[in-house]
Amino acid sequence: MTSQGSRKAVVFFEVEILDAKTKDKLCFLDKVRPLHKYYPQWYAARQSIRLDPKGKSLKDEDVLQHLPVGTTATFYFRDLGAQISWVTVFLTEYGGPLLLYLMFYFRVPFIYAPKYDFTTSKHWVVHLACMCHSFHYLKRLLETLFVHRFSHGTMPLRNIFKNCTYYWGFAAWMAYYINHPLYTPPTIYGEQQVRIALIIFLFCQVGNFSIHIALRNLRPPGSKTRKIPYPTKNPFTWIFLLVSCPNYTYELGSWFGFTLMTQCLPVAFFTAVGFIQMTVWAKGKHRSYLKEFRDYPPLRSPILPFVL
Amino acid sequence: GPSAHRQQSPTKHRYPSLHKSRGRGTTTSRWLVLAMAMMRFYIQKGTHKGLYKSIARTLKFFQTIALVEVVHCAIGIVRTSVIVTGVQVCSRIFMVWFITNSIKQIQNEESVILFLAVWTFTEITRYSFYTFNLLNHLPYFIKWARYNMFIIMYPLGVAGELLTIYTALPYVRKTGMLSMRLPNKYNVSFDYYYFLVIVMLSYIPLFPQLYFHMLRQRRKVLLGEIIVEKDE
Repeated sequence: MTSQGSRKAVVFFEVEILDAKTKDKLCFLDKVRPLHKYYPQWYAARQSIRLDPKGKSLKDEDVLQHLPVGTTATFYFRDLGAQISWVTVFLTEYGGPLLLYLMFYFRVPFIYAPKYDFTTSKHWVVHLACMCHSFHYLKRLLETLFVHRFSHGTMPLRNIFKNCTYYWGFAAWMAYYINHPLYTPPTIYGEQQVRIALIIFLFCQVGNFSIHIALRNLRPPGSKTRKIPYPTKNPFTWIFLLVSCPNYTYELGSWFGFTLMTQCLPVAFFTAVGFIQMTVWAKGKHRSYLKEFRDYPPLRSPILPFVL
Repeated sequence: GPSAHRQQSPTKHRYPSLHKSRGRGTTTSRWLVLAMAMMRFYIQKGTHKGLYKSIARTLKFFQTIALVEVVHCAIGIVRTSVIVTGVQVCSRIFMVWFITNSIKQIQNEESVILFLAVWTFTEITRYSFYTFNLLNHLPYFIKWARYNMFIIMYPLGVAGELLTIYTALPYVRKTGMLSMRLPNKYNVSFDYYYFLVIVMLSYIPLFPQLYFHMLRQRRKVLLGEIIVEKDE
């Protein structure tokens, strides 16, 4: 929070901060002095300051003058727990699957029977799958570093354990079967199936990337303003006409393609679980768009055109 | 007039407590039926061998419709207790359908009778408690039983379940039941034996959580302690 004075009338504020749960007085600020000078373990990212103990957190940009308080303002403080930066989380989440899959692909010892150590599969679809999987996670890592603009700097520390278990666990499970010496390449439509799957996969990778770029360009660097995304000159973004969160739509498409390519039940499972999670996120995002913008295009669905 | 077009709301909306208590009452009576069948068998035959077989169909039927009840009552209950109840019902259905029903050789084991007896006792206590509570006529001894008997019943029940699964393991290994090996066109494998081992290990984190949850409830209800819950 910031506090401004105008040149003519200077308004003095006194601020007291209470613990949201126990209502103990934590500190009383009559000068502008950060909370963590009194409680150094509660650095800024961990602080949740609010007007009401059960209410929403105030934002960094909120100005003291514009809040509905008297000259003695009472705020409630909540400790959000240890925090970790989003960039760190994403890099760890995505780096794991990239490396783990390659370990299975190169048949590092102790995974399969010793006679298979450091051998390679005789099926070309296995090589293709490795390239696709690695490309996908490499793309994600680069996007995290150079494309995405995050609205929050940090998230709770426990999220990294939860997220890494999910990504790393599934990557290992999928990679184990695809790179297994007894792997069976697609039998239903054979080579045709793999080719179509590859096209779907690549199409959706480009689509997903286009959406990320379009979303990035909505927001100038350093700002936190929110705008409605619209189709651009790039045909891959025309899906914005029908869908609020096309990045999830394309992501689903990529994994669907990968499932088709590998014909592996664990991959189908991973796709299904991801679909459920992304649908939940897309519905939430769609709802907040509708709440925030009166003129939000009515034709759009959250994740699947007309359906979901 | 305006009242002529007023919709008749179903009974359960006008008397929600009565409807829930009717549901709980029927569950109590189902478990009483089961308990009586078990006792009658033991008194008549003098042994527990063959007891499981005699109540098997009834037990399977009851456990499966308990699932429907969880869903049905979930609409009216606080969400957290749905998770706790849901975990319990799922683990019971798993035991009944995937262990005792599928592996005939273990049906006469003592451990099976142990967990059946524990389940029966616990459920009768629990559902009597709910029923009387909803009718606002709760005898203290039922409340006492509900919040104290679990202290020995839960560990006994867990012991019975774990022993049963452990005894079943050799048969699972020998028959290779519910298992799938490579190569196959779905490129997946499943080993029921190791799955059961993992299920047994999962009791280690899950059981203490259930147990401490009940202990906390006991302190709140019987001893009137005020416990500040951890915020989400």
